[in-house]
Amino acid sequence: MADTAVHPAASSEPRGPKPRKKLSRNNIIIYGTLLVVAFYYLLPLYVMVVTSLKGMPEIRLGNIFSPPVEITFEPWVKAWSQACTGLNCDGLSRGFWNSIRITVPSVIVSIVIASVNGYALANWKFKGADAFFTILIFGAFIPYQVMLYPIVIMLREIGLYGTLWGLVIVHTIFGMPILTLLFRNYFTSLPEELFKAARVDGAGFWRIYFQIMLPMSLPIFVVAMILQVTGIWNDFLFGVVYTKPDLYPMTVQLNNIVNSVQGVKEYNVNMAATLLTGLVPLVIYFVSGKLFVRGIAAGAVKG
Amino acid sequence: MESSISIRDLSLSFGAVKVLRNLNIEIGQGEFLVLLGSSGCGKSTLLNCIAGLLDVTDGQIFIQGKNVTWAEPSDRGIGMVFQSYALYPQMTVEGNLSFGLKNAGMAKDEIKKRVARAAEILQIEPLLKRKPAALSGGQRQRVAIGRALVRDVDVFLFDEPLSNLDAKLRADLRVEIKRLHQRLKNTMIYVTHDQVEALTLADRIAIMKGGNIQQLASPNEIYNKPANKYVADFIGSPSMNFLEGVIDISGAPQFNSDVMSFDISGYEFVDGPTGGPAWFGIRPEHIVTGELLANAPVQFDAEVELVEPMGSDTLVWAKVEGVPMHFRMDGQAEVRSGDQMRIGFDPARANIFNKETELRI
Amino acid sequence: MSSERPNGLFRNIPAKVAAIPMIITALVVFMGGSLWTMAYSLTKSKLLPKWKFVGLDQYERLWSTKRWVVSIENLFIYGVCMLIASFVIGFILAALMDQKIRFENTFRTIILYPFALSFIVTGLVWQWILNPEFGIQSIIRGLGFTSFEFDPLYNADIAIYGILIAGLWQGTGLIMVLMLAGLRGIDQEIWKAAKVDGIPTWKTYLFIVIPMMRPVFITTLVLVAASIVKVYDLIVAQTGGGPGISTEMPAKYVYDYMFGGQNLGQGFAASTMMLLAVLVVVIPWAYLEFGGKKRG
Ligand SMILES: Nc1ncnc2c1ncn2[C@@H]1O[C@H](COP(=O)(O)OP(=O)(O)OP(=O)(O)O)[C@@H](O)[C@H]1O
Ligand SMILES: [Mg+2]
Repeated sequence: MADTAVHPAASSEPRGPKPRKKLSRNNIIIYGTLLVVAFYYLLPLYVMVVTSLKGMPEIRLGNIFSPPVEITFEPWVKAWSQACTGLNCDGLSRGFWNSIRITVPSVIVSIVIASVNGYALANWKFKGADAFFTILIFGAFIPYQVMLYPIVIMLREIGLYGTLWGLVIVHTIFGMPILTLLFRNYFTSLPEELFKAARVDGAGFWRIYFQIMLPMSLPIFVVAMILQVTGIWNDFLFGVVYTKPDLYPMTVQLNNIVNSVQGVKEYNVNMAATLLTGLVPLVIYFVSGKLFVRGIAAGAVKG
Repeated sequence: MESSISIRDLSLSFGAVKVLRNLNIEIGQGEFLVLLGSSGCGKSTLLNCIAGLLDVTDGQIFIQGKNVTWAEPSDRGIGMVFQSYALYPQMTVEGNLSFGLKNAGMAKDEIKKRVARAAEILQIEPLLKRKPAALSGGQRQRVAIGRALVRDVDVFLFDEPLSNLDAKLRADLRVEIKRLHQRLKNTMIYVTHDQVEALTLADRIAIMKGGNIQQLASPNEIYNKPANKYVADFIGSPSMNFLEGVIDISGAPQFNSDVMSFDISGYEFVDGPTGGPAWFGIRPEHIVTGELLANAPVQFDAEVELVEPMGSDTLVWAKVEGVPMHFRMDGQAEVRSGDQMRIGFDPARANIFNKETELRI
Repeated sequence: MSSERPNGLFRNIPAKVAAIPMIITALVVFMGGSLWTMAYSLTKSKLLPKWKFVGLDQYERLWSTKRWVVSIENLFIYGVCMLIASFVIGFILAALMDQKIRFENTFRTIILYPFALSFIVTGLVWQWILNPEFGIQSIIRGLGFTSFEFDPLYNADIAIYGILIAGLWQGTGLIMVLMLAGLRGIDQEIWKAAKVDGIPTWKTYLFIVIPMMRPVFITTLVLVAASIVKVYDLIVAQTGGGPGISTEMPAKYVYDYMFGGQNLGQGFAASTMMLLAVLVVVIPWAYLEFGGKKRG
C-alpha cells in the first residue's frame, strides 16, 4: 500500500493549506492598483484640506500638495462670514442657512408624498395607476431643461415663483420618480399576508399605512432621507432658476464666491468654502455607509 | 487494490469555525459514495475540498494515488455537477460541453468525438444547439453532467444535483445516474440530504454531522446496524421508535423501563451482552400485527391514536402503556383511532444504544 | 386587490387621493411641460413666450449657431469618453474588489465618496488642481520637466478633457458599485464550474461573467447616458464654458438663452434637442427591457 510512504513523516509531500506567498504577483497587482486608485480619489480631498489651511503667501510660493508650514484657520473664518459673492460680503453662512431652510421642508414633503404614493401603488392599485407610474418613471429621464420654463410659469401662476415653497415643490416633483419607485418596490416586497390580515380586520388605507407599513419601513425611510438630503443639498440648477439671490442655496453661493471676477483670487478661502459646502453630504456619506450604497444601487437615477 | 480517493486527516476551518474535523476516508475504484447529513454539516465543504475549490486547513487528499492537496481543480482528474446546474447561460449546450476542452487546447476532432459521446450517453443530442434558458430543469442537469462527462475523468463529484427538480423528475434522473454509474464505472461522490437517494444510489454511505463522519458503511448496514443513535434516528422515515430504560444482564438479557419490561435474548450485542442505561430502538416497519405476531417474541396491547393512510401502507400512531409508538401497516388495513390492537416485534431486529455515549451496544 | 365594481371611480378613494401629486406631476409637469416646450420651440418667443408660429426657424438658427454646434461636439466627446472610460475603469475596479480582498469597505468608501459631493464642489476642486500656475503642471515643471504642459482649463483644444477628468472622478464610483452588485449577483457555482473546467480567471470574466451581466450593463448605460446629457453644474463651476466656448454644453446653452439671453425660442428648441438625444437612448432600452417582457 502507498500508506507506508506517505503517512505522517513524509514532510515533503503536500499537506495542509497550499503555501501562498504573501506578496504573490496577483496580490501586488490587485492591491497596487487599488492603492493607486485610492490615492487618485483622495487627492482632491487632501488638496482642499491643505490649501484651506495655508496663508496666501505660502500658496503663491509652494505647490498645492505640500502640507501647510503654518496652519491657519483664517480662510475658514473668512469663507464662512466674510467672503464676497459680488452682491454681498457676508460669506457662505447665508447660503448654509438657506440650504437648511430649503432642504428640511423639501426632504420632509417629498418623502411624505412619495411614501404614501408608493404605498398606494403597491397595495391599493387602482385602474390607471400603472400608466401614471410609467409616465412618472419616464419623466425621470427627461432632461430638466425641457421642463424648466413651464414650471416657472406654473409657479408664477400660483404665486410661488422665487419663494422658498416654490423650490420645495420643485424638489418634491423631481424627487418623486426615484422615491416613489423606492417605496413602491419596498412595500411590494413586504409580505402581502400582513396587509390582507389588516384588511380583514377592517383597517382602512391610513390605518394600515400608519400602524403596519410605517413601523416596518424605517430602513427605507432612512435610505430615502440620505438620498434626498444629499441630492437637494447638492442641487444647483433649481436653486438658480427658482429662487432669488437672497434665498440662494449654498452651492450657488459657493460658485458665486469662487467664480466671481472681482478682486484678487483667494484660493485658500475658496477651498475652505468648497470644503464647507461639501461637508454636509460627506458627513452623511461617511456616517451612513452601507445605507447610502443601498440607496444609490436601488435607484441610481440622479441628475 | 489502490484507493481511488483517499482523504487523510482532513480538517477545514473558516476562521475560528471548524467545519471539517480530522476526516479519514478511503474510497475504492468505481465506488459510489454518498455523503448524507442534515443542512450545514459540511457535506458541500468536504466535496469542495476534494475538488480543490477550497484550500484545506490540514491533511492530505489523494486521487488515483496522486497527492493533489495543492493541485488546481482542473488538474485533479475530477468532474463536478452542481445543484444550480451552473451552466454558462450565453453558450449553447454544445458550447457548454466543449468550452473547457477548447480552453485546454484539445484538438477539434477529439472535442467533437467527446461531445458526441456525452450527448449520446445522456440523450441530449437534439438539444446541442439550444441555450440553457430553453431547457427544462432535468435537461439542464443532464447537460451539467455532460460537462463533467466530456472531461473523461476518473472521479465525478455531485453536489445535490437533483434538489432543484420536482419529485417525479428527481426519481427519473436518479435512475439515470445509477445507470450512468453502471455504464462508466467511475468513482462517484454524491452529496445529498435525501435519504432515499442515498439508500438507492450508494455503494457506501457516509453520514455526517458537525464535520464528523458518524458512520461509513453500506446502505444495508446503515439501515440495519446504525452505529449510533444519531444515525438510527436520521435514517428511515418515519424515524425509529426509541424507548428509554435499562438493560439487565443478570439473567437472560432484559430491557426494563418504567412501564414495561421484556426479554431481548434475540438481540445480537456488539461485544456480548452489556448492561446499563440504554435506548432501545425499533423501526416502525419492524413492528408487526395480526398473523405475523406469531414470529414476534415481544408483544403489547396498543391503543390507536391517529391513522395516516399513505396509499401503499398505513402509518399508525399509538400508545403502549402511555408510551408513544408508531408503526406501519398494510395499506388496506382497517384501523381507526381509539381501536385497541395487539402489536409485537422481534428484538433481533432492534437497535440498542448506550444511554451515555449513544453508541450501539 | 383591485376588485373594481361598476362604480369604480368612487372606490379606493384614499389611494386615488394619495396618488394625486403623482398624477399631476406625471401628466401636467412631465408630459404637459415637455409638450409645451416642444410646441413653443416652434414660435418666435423672445423675452416672453408668445404663440407666434414660425415653423422650424428656431432649429435652423440653432444649428447654424457656432456655440450650439460646439456644445454638441463637446457633449459627444465627453459622452463617449465618459461612457467608455467609466465603464472600463468601473468594471475593472469592481472586478478587483470582488477578489475577496481585505479592506474592501475602505476602498469602496474612498472610491465612492466623490459621488456624494455636488458637481459644483467637484468642478471647483479640479479647477484648482488643474490650475497651471499652482497645480499639477507647475509641480511637474518644478521637478525639472520645464517644458511639461498640462493646462486643460486654459487650452481650448483639451479643455473638455479637463472636465472629463473631474467627471470621471465623481462618477466612476457609482458605476463600480453597480457593477459590483452585478458581479455579486452571479451564482458562485458558475465560478466553481469554470475552475473545475480549468478556465483562467480573466477568461471566465470575459466569456462567461461579462455576457451574463448584460442587463446590468444596459441599465447602467442608460442611467449614465441620461445623466451625461444633463451635465451643467460641472461646467459652470469648473470652466464657465471657457476658455472661449470650448467647454460649452447643451444644458448650459439652454439655461443661458432662457434666463440670460432672453431668447426663449432658442432655449426651447435647444432643450427639445436634448430631449430627443435622451429618447434615442431610452426608447430602445425601454422597448427591450419592458416590451420584451410582455411578449415573453
Ligand atoms: N465561506 C464560509 N465562511 C464561513 N462559514 C462557512 C462558509 N461556507 C460554509 N460555512 C459554514 O460551514 C458549514 C458547512 O457548510 P456546507 O455548505 O458544507 O454545508 P452542507 O452540509 O453542504 O449544507 P447544505 O445541505 O445546506 O448544502 C455551515 O455551518 C456553514 O455555515
Ligand atoms: Mg451544500
